[in-house]
Amino acid sequence: MPSLTLGLEAMGLTKRIIPCLDVDRGRVRKGRHFLDLRDAGDPVVLASRYRDEGADELVFLDITASVEQRQTMRAWVEQVARALDIPFTVGGGIRTLEEARVILYSGADKISVNTAALERPALIRELSETFGRQCIVVAIDARRRAEGERLWFEVYSHGGRRPTGRDAIAWAQEAEALGAGEILLTSIDRDGTEAGYDLDLTRAVVERVRIPVIASGGCGHPAHILDVLTVGGADAALAASVFHYDKYPIPHVKRFLRERGVEVRL
Amino acid sequence: MRVFVLDYGVGNLFSLRAALEREGVEPIVSAELPLEGEFAALILPGVGHFTPVAERLGRIRDRLWQWIAHEVPILGICLGMQVLFEESEEGAGGGLGFFRGRVVRLPDSVKVPHIGWNALRMRRRHRLLQGIEDGAWVYFVHSYHPHPADPTIILAEADYGRTFPAIVARGMLFGTQFHPEKSGAIGRRLLRNFLAIARERWKS
Repeated sequence: MPSLTLGLEAMGLTKRIIPCLDVDRGRVRKGRHFLDLRDAGDPVVLASRYRDEGADELVFLDITASVEQRQTMRAWVEQVARALDIPFTVGGGIRTLEEARVILYSGADKISVNTAALERPALIRELSETFGRQCIVVAIDARRRAEGERLWFEVYSHGGRRPTGRDAIAWAQEAEALGAGEILLTSIDRDGTEAGYDLDLTRAVVERVRIPVIASGGCGHPAHILDVLTVGGADAALAASVFHYDKYPIPHVKRFLRERGVEVRL
Repeated sequence: MRVFVLDYGVGNLFSLRAALEREGVEPIVSAELPLEGEFAALILPGVGHFTPVAERLGRIRDRLWQWIAHEVPILGICLGMQVLFEESEEGAGGGLGFFRGRVVRLPDSVKVPHIGWNALRMRRRHRLLQGIEDGAWVYFVHSYHPHPADPTIILAEADYGRTFPAIVARGMLFGTQFHPEKSGAIGRRLLRNFLAIARERWKS
């Protein structure tokens, strides 16, 4: 059964399944609405397990609050890079070229920026020109807004806590023009709910940029991943708890997708 | 066994170094290309932009020729393979021209850069491909790919917008458009095969 969005032009390229690990002071935690946190282990152990199960990439978000404690970031990034032979992205609090360089030179394949890019969009261009577009991910956290008949999506900064007044689609386009290689798009409304991705948000951004979009927020079942990759048109699906607690192991999810016509690496 | 990794000074070589260490070889990473005598193999990594890297390599061209003349196995990864060709649409400047042909941009019909896992389609049997089956998945991150003048150097292809060479080889000169250090078990196997070729020659 061919899916809706896998045209000939995408020939050969698989949809990616990306577990996300929140790291606090070197330990993996799972965010729920970005707030109450539960411990789930050692980054190297979890990362290797996901690699063995068939994860296509990994995303680590460092959620360590204090700047001093963030010095530990380099150490765990190096440990992960030493063990892992699939690509991984590191994000969370990266604000300068120098911070990005430390993370990339510690072995991360890509870095993601969020609040710092909203505060100073030229950062995206500087990162892209310095390290190459392919390793710059711009993370966008957005929430639904209804004004009269108009539905739009507002970008939030500071871990999803602060409204910016910016339109998510316009910001995604600007990020692409500045040199972003990928967009990591999180629905704040859905994050932690396990009620499914925000397909409207995903589709709206996918249709207006020419770079890959990783959908995030709301995954609770393999059918949600199927929906966001087909109806939503996302290039990759990111999820956390659905993989962390062995609810739906990655091979199970990938077989589910392949049986329904989505090309995945199995 | 020591393997030399040429550092163009523009990117992250941590993953490549870690991948070689996992295979039990000692990677020496430096911007100064030494004489070939003490090394079993040379790796040209896949980071950076064509023009500055080609320029840099152009300055050590004669020394690189020495490595080739002595048949030291050389593996170019991504951009490290592209600079082995004559020229590139990515920018001005001449490549090393060890392979004939040019490097072209992926078509506009697909999202560029191409980032993700694609299946290999084997074109020829080769020791480098031992244990790697048709349809094996590898990880690509690139906007350009080579278009060899001599198609017989193509060992494997992949499809993205068009069919392009994923692995090339001639004599002891090898290149991959994908990143073996990021391609899980398949990438590990390819690196191991390359190092086995190097080890055999090193012993003899």
